[in-house]
This record gives sequence, structure tokens and C-alpha cells, in this order.
Amino acid sequence: MRLVDIFKLSIQGLTVHKSRSALTILGIVIGITSIMTVMSAGDSAQQLIVGQFERFGPANVFVLPGRRASSAADSASSLLVDSLKVDDYEDLKNKALVPSAANVVPYAFGSELVSGGASETHSGPIIGSTPYSQKNWDLTVAEGRYFDDSDVQDRRRIAVIGDEMKVQLFGADNPVGKNIRIKDQSFQIIGVLERQGSGMFVDFNSAIIGPYTAIQQQVLGIRHFQRIAVEAVSIEDVPGMVRDVESLLRTNHNIDDPRDDDFYIETQQSIADQVNAVTGILTALLGIVAAISLLVGGVGIMNIMYVSVTERTKEIGLSKALGASNKTVLAQFLFEALFLTFTAGIIGVIGGLVLTALLAFAATQFAGLDFPLIFSVSGALMGVGVSVGIGLVFGIFPARKASRKSPIEALHNEV
Amino acid sequence: MHLIETKNLRKVYAGEGVETVALRDVSVTIDEGEFVAIIGPSGSGKSTLMQILGLLDRSTGGSYTFEGKEATAYTDDELAKIRNEKIGFVFQAFNLLPRLSVLDNVALPLVYRGIQEKERREKAMEMIQLVGLTDRANYHASQLSGGQKQRVAIARALVNDARIIFADEPTGNLDSKSGGIVLDFLQKLNEQGHTIVIVTHESYVAQSAKRILHIIDGNIDKDERVMNRRKVETDGFIK
Repeated sequence: MRLVDIFKLSIQGLTVHKSRSALTILGIVIGITSIMTVMSAGDSAQQLIVGQFERFGPANVFVLPGRRASSAADSASSLLVDSLKVDDYEDLKNKALVPSAANVVPYAFGSELVSGGASETHSGPIIGSTPYSQKNWDLTVAEGRYFDDSDVQDRRRIAVIGDEMKVQLFGADNPVGKNIRIKDQSFQIIGVLERQGSGMFVDFNSAIIGPYTAIQQQVLGIRHFQRIAVEAVSIEDVPGMVRDVESLLRTNHNIDDPRDDDFYIETQQSIADQVNAVTGILTALLGIVAAISLLVGGVGIMNIMYVSVTERTKEIGLSKALGASNKTVLAQFLFEALFLTFTAGIIGVIGGLVLTALLAFAATQFAGLDFPLIFSVSGALMGVGVSVGIGLVFGIFPARKASRKSPIEALHNEV
Repeated sequence: MHLIETKNLRKVYAGEGVETVALRDVSVTIDEGEFVAIIGPSGSGKSTLMQILGLLDRSTGGSYTFEGKEATAYTDDELAKIRNEKIGFVFQAFNLLPRLSVLDNVALPLVYRGIQEKERREKAMEMIQLVGLTDRANYHASQLSGGQKQRVAIARALVNDARIIFADEPTGNLDSKSGGIVLDFLQKLNEQGHTIVIVTHESYVAQSAKRILHIIDGNIDKDERVMNRRKVETDGFIK
């Protein structure tokens, strides 16, 4: 018997119970859709997080106070650690101490009430830094200018504000040259940032950035930095620079044992590793759930195929009486299961893609994240492959049962 | 060489510890061109005999040669091939696939033989024309009357140029008029040279054959040549 004819007969067999066939594959469709969504969303989230760090360029490392968070208590306490001082920042800039550091950018941030022309107040992130922060975060100024080194030196009370903050404070008016009040101090606005997709750490659209010399102690009332970005001359210099930074800070902080460190250094690699570890665990867990749903779906297929074989005993007997071999009957029923699961796989992959697109749309639209939409061809092939595999595994037993039926059952079986 | 020859054929069904003897000791020959009716009361073993002769079932004792070859030597798939190429079946319950068209039902044996679709359609249409259902070729089998269904089944039995046609109570589910048409058909086919074996429990059906095998309790009780054969076409189908 020709393959194309077996295929036709299989499809004819399925179309008899269209709604039953559709319900049968629902389990597999849902399973594949979930797997596809979980996988692409996981990939997208990973890329989103890693992308946030890549914005600084691969040669940047972050020096952070406290210890690398391995528990919620750690991350909470590190917010309060004030180990990174202005002296540390000054020393990090010293070429004699850290020769391969090209740029050192300190960040002091907090949240304060801000008021503009009107009496109402708004709260937003206040960031004190140096001019190189513009390069660091890849910020573009839409109106006015960014602050420069002389502004930092002279402790000028000036600020660059985000696009959203501008609208909140001044509406459609050009705010450059106008004054705002942060806490109880007057700052002059010298620039407005171009609107941008929000980062994970700081929402620049609603931020106020100025010289750390005017903001750190005077506005925020702190004498430390929450982070210091150190950029190496080249990416090859990163490991050596990290060692230099570590020994410098240990000397400054009188630390002999690295286990007593009151700071830690994040490199792009260490961040990527952490992100991969977290998303890997999440993907694996969700994958197990999806795999269980596929197993249940597969058992559903097997169940319906057994029902179908019993229902069509007479037909199977007739086929055999008319000359269908065992192999032909086996192939016909196996094809039915494969066709069901193949269709389920295709629908599942499309469903997963649609769901991921909706997710990406929602993340971009409502959370303002640059959520990348990743369509993984290998994931799609795997999705279809897995469902066809399920068809093969769960379809083979009912098909074998069908193929072993004796032709005279056609004459005796009265269904 | 006989087309069909059995010697001491025996069939025992072993079910749940109880053995049922369906055929005790059947020795019979059937030659090319014969029209044989196997008649007997229900439970006599006539259907079992037909199933074994039609290579649908295997005997549990004795020998059966089809075209001179021992049937027990064949594998299941070899038997399927022989049924496909050399044997046609007509069943009491018609056994058409209701979801397929008349044309596709008739062409089904050719599908299993691996014939190309164009050739299948031509051959099937030829047979449909022969049984007078050309205008119903694209109907679904479920849309036909009983008599029409049985004519489709006959067309299907003929489509593979079978050497022998087995008909199991072919008029059993039909009214007398439709039954008459079907029986008339089988007679005409026999006159054209087809070998036909018909199983029935009704003597007026058996009387239209040329030879009657009476089966009682799994044995051939009487092997009778019909002298005054009923011509269904002229006599009508009178019970």
C-alpha cells in the first residue's frame, strides 16, 4: 500500500470525530504552548537582564558595598552598608594604584520630594554622579546640556531631568534654566534627557541627575556611594583591574582576610552567570510542569486511540479481509496518532509564539521594558518534535492492538 | 488441480476452558466456475467453513489447499495478500465504510494493493457501472438503501478480479425485491465464469446455486447437485 493512501485513510478516520479529535489534542496543545512560552520568555528575560549590563560596555565592573546577596537578608543589609567612601573613589582614580582603570564613576542615589513651578510635589530617584555617567548609561540629552567636570568641582546645584519628570513638573514648557526644589534646596535645570526604555535599576525618565558634590551630602545626607563603576582600558584588563581594586579597597578598609570584605565586585561575567543560574532553575521547574502536562496529554491521546480501535474493530476486520496487512493497519492508526500530535505541536508552537508576543507587548507597553521578542526556530522544531514523539510513544500501543486484530472479528463484532 | 480442496478439516474454538467444535471433519473440493451454496441451521459451522475457505481464519486440524498450496503455511500478511488479489467477500451486513463514497468503497481493495489513484478510479467505476449504480458513485455509502449497499459490496468483491467470491448471507438483511436483484447478480456473474460460494440458512436462496453443501454439526451431511436450478431473473424471488 502506498504511503500517501495510508495517510489519506488516517485523515479520513480522524475527520469522523472532528470535535473529539480537537479535544484529544487540547492537552498536547496546552503543554507545547506552555513550554514554548516558558522557553522564549525565559530567553527574553535573560537577554533583557544581560542587555541591561551590556549597556555599560563589557569592560565595566561595579564595586558595590556589603556582600554579594545570597539571601534576602543579605540584599537588605547591603542597602545600609556605607563602606564605599569618597576616599575610595579618589584612590580608584589614582593611576598608580589602579593603572588599568580608564574611568571611575561614583553613584549616590536616593529618593526625595521634588517640586517645580507649581506647588505640588513629586518623588523620584535623585542621582549624584560625575559627567562620565552619561556615557556609562548611554544617555542622550534632548534639550540643554549634561553637567561637566567644572560643575562637579564647583559643587554647582544644577540638574539634568528625565522626560517624564519634566512633564510632571513643567508640562509642555521648556524647563531649561528654571529652578526646582529638591528637599529644601534650589537646583537649576540645565538639561532634559531624551525619553528611553526604562532600565532595570533606574528609571531615567523620572530621574534627576546632578553632580555628586552637590547632591550626595547636601541633599541625600550621606557620605558614601551605593556603587562605583570602574571601566577598564580594555576587556583583557578586567581581571587584573579587579585584583587591583580589591587590594586597594582592602588596604583602605583595613581588611586582611578576603572573607571579611565589606564590598564586592560584579563583572559582566559574574552577572551573566547569576542570571543564567536563576533563569535556568526557573526554566527547568516550569519545564517539568509542562512535561507533566504533555505526559497527561499523551495518555489522553492513547486513551482516545484505544477507544477508536475498539469502536472501529469492524472496520479493521474489513480492511484485513480486503487485504490490508498488519503493517498497513499499524501504520494507519499510528499515522492517526502522529497526525493528531503533529497538528497539536504546530498549534502549540503558534500558540506559544502568540503568547510570547503578547507578553513582550505587555512588558513593553505597560512596564516600559525593552523586552526582546525571541522566536527560537530550534524551540519550535523541538516543540513539534516532542509532540510527534508523544504520538509515536502513546500511539504505538493502540496501533499494535489494532494491527493484531483478526479479520473475522469484522464478521462477529456488532457495534 | 482443484481451486479449493480440504481434507479432514477441523476447527475447535478454545474459549475459557470450554472447547467448542465448529468443524469436525470436512473434506470437500470446489472447482473453478462452480456456484456452491453452503446451507445449514445456525451454529452448524457453515460460517466457520466459509471463513476458513476465505482465508479469514485458520483451521486447527486437517489440510486446506488453495490453488494447490497449503494454506497453513502462509503468514498472516501473505494471507492478506491472497485475499486482496484472489478473493472477494460479500457480507450480510454489507460492511461498507459509511464515511467513504461509493467509489472509494469499491476501490478500497485496490488501495491496499498499492494501485495508483487514476487506475483505481477507472477500475472501480467500471464495476459500479456493472452493478448499475453509476449515478450513485459519489454518494456516501450511508446514503444508500440496503439493496444498493449490497450491490456496492458486490462491485467491491469484483474489483480485484477475484478468482472466487464468498458471500455470507448476502440477502439476509434485504427485502425480497432487493434480495432478488442481488441473487440474480450472483447468478449472472457465475454464468460469466466467476466462482461463487454462498452461505445461507434459507433453502430458497440455496436453490439458486448449482450445488448445495448441507452442513449439520460441523460435518457435511449432504453434497447435492441442483437439478432444477431456480432462475431468479425469470422466477422472481419467491420465498
